[in-house]
Amino acid sequence: MKKVYAKEELCLNCHLCEVFCKTAHSLSKDVIKANKYEQPAPAARVKVYGDNKLSVAVNCRHCEEPKCVKACITGAMTKDKKTGIVSVNEEKCIGCMTCLAVCPFGCIQTGKFAVKCDLCRGEDEPACVKNCPNRALVYTDLGGAEV
Amino acid sequence: MAIDYIPRSFTIVRDKERCIDCGCCVRQCSNECHYFADDGKTVLADSQNCVACHRCVDLCPTHALRIEKYICDYRENANWTAQYQQEICRQADSGGTLLSAMGNPKPYPIYWDKILLNASQVTNPSIDPLREPMEIRTILGRKPERMTVEEKGKSTIKMPPQVVLETPIMFSAMSFGSISLNAQKSLAMAAKNLGTLFNTGEGGLHPDLEAYTDHAIVQVASGRFGVHKEYLNRSRYVEIKIGQGAKPGIGGHLPGEKVNVEVSNARMIPVGSDAISPAPHHDIYSIEDLRQLIWSIKQATDNTKPVCVKIAAVHNVAAIVSGCARAGADIIAIDGFRGGTGAAPTRIRDNVGIPIELALAAADQRLREEGIRSHVSLVAAGSFRCSADIVKAIALGADACYCASAPLIAMGCHMCRTCNTGKCNWGIATQRPELTKRLNPDIMHQRVENLITAWNHEIKEIMGGMGINSIDSLRGNRLMLRGIGLSEKELQILGIKHAGE
Repeated sequence: MKKVYAKEELCLNCHLCEVFCKTAHSLSKDVIKANKYEQPAPAARVKVYGDNKLSVAVNCRHCEEPKCVKACITGAMTKDKKTGIVSVNEEKCIGCMTCLAVCPFGCIQTGKFAVKCDLCRGEDEPACVKNCPNRALVYTDLGGAEV
Repeated sequence: MAIDYIPRSFTIVRDKERCIDCGCCVRQCSNECHYFADDGKTVLADSQNCVACHRCVDLCPTHALRIEKYICDYRENANWTAQYQQEICRQADSGGTLLSAMGNPKPYPIYWDKILLNASQVTNPSIDPLREPMEIRTILGRKPERMTVEEKGKSTIKMPPQVVLETPIMFSAMSFGSISLNAQKSLAMAAKNLGTLFNTGEGGLHPDLEAYTDHAIVQVASGRFGVHKEYLNRSRYVEIKIGQGAKPGIGGHLPGEKVNVEVSNARMIPVGSDAISPAPHHDIYSIEDLRQLIWSIKQATDNTKPVCVKIAAVHNVAAIVSGCARAGADIIAIDGFRGGTGAAPTRIRDNVGIPIELALAAADQRLREEGIRSHVSLVAAGSFRCSADIVKAIALGADACYCASAPLIAMGCHMCRTCNTGKCNWGIATQRPELTKRLNPDIMHQRVENLITAWNHEIKEIMGGMGINSIDSLRGNRLMLRGIGLSEKELQILGIKHAGE
């Protein structure tokens, strides 16, 4: 499946992926409203770790056998068999954050519910990839080694 | 705090209605102008160190930032301008020579803007480059004086080494050290794809550029950094740098801060040491000495590479060019006083040398008069801002042009003219790893290629309008040029008529 891969040697630590992820997952889809005014504030599904010297944007790996899906006590976390996308059903999620505890990549963000990357369902390219100014994020099905 | 008597140059204006405090500007500014307030959330700015590089402006996701000129009036004085007063204060503070970067910014006449091009009407047809072939392939190198053929019509001439370019535009010398490897790699990739050449400058050849050696001009400058036999042979042609338009009469200076392990390996100098090139080549004190060096390089390369001599445009340029041609140079590059640099003493950059337009016209004329024009190819350098400048240079007699500032601007340079500080926010004129990674060669080589491809189209369009279908017919074709608002003397030196004549 197509996944987002991060190239840390090109990451600028600008955090624009976070800004545009929030925007893409907001109601208004407007960068200023989404990041400044909208309530409840949309959460970023991607998170940049590190500093200017070395940084990397971490987002969900959509694992083959996701630990978060296995650990979810309400069945809110599922992996779509067709697309391979791991996503949270917010109606079922009770915010217990077991998924956060078991995710080996730290890709679940906290909130009222578990918040995680959904690859901007249906979009040709996720918002983080589209808006990365240095092509440090790549959306491909070639696998991480090919990036 | 010591007072430096110098007001800041710019003001960073933040539109608070638009700012989302994402902190992108904080993390991107290497001059540390933006910072977080004590709450760790609100973004503030201190404009004192702003150089107007526009990194923050261009990356701000909400377009909340604007850079304004900081206006702090001095009592009006046409002689003691604010700039001179500030420079005096700067020197009173440091006791040092003033350093500047990029080309001469003073309002000297720009002759390109005073030359107009011709087009065909009625008496000869113009050509549509989209429907008919249009040749801009350029061949550099010494040309034989005459053609001799054997009985069956085969040439008996042994052709000296030639360089075939698919465009008359090459990239001028920018060393690894003065610019980042990523920047050099972008130019090398673009040169390869465009069928033209990039120039290593005096900094040696980085091993990562091995794949591009067929498109490399390698430079031999007075410091001889990184010069060895393999270096000379891993090139398309070799350039002896006598002078540079931005700083005629003095050698290059790469500050020690920019000399990291990679640069030190390429240049063969210790890490952290200043790379100071001597003002002259200490083995060239005359034209005869130059002849010896050219001969040595030709020996070292088995006579397979043309040798270029690059000089700065100075007062006696025509005679110097003639001397270089007679010393055995195959290509002569003339660099006008608006040519760029990574670091030059301000006074020299702003006051020494002459414009490329006049130097080129004078040199071409002199070589023709002496009947040795075909011995050399002339390459013009020193600030070509658009394709029309290139067309005018070729009509004035240039075979090809060196461009550097324009491709740098295509890669993000905003002409903030602080290359010498090594803090380039665009990852171009710096060696700091956290800044050089900002320049992704995969993106930037494409942008440079786009620029040159666009210029190629425009050159063809202009040539078509003139009714010329080959760049060879444009070369030295000064009838295609007319001066506007120029004096008799200027027209005479440029060898062109006034508009209306």
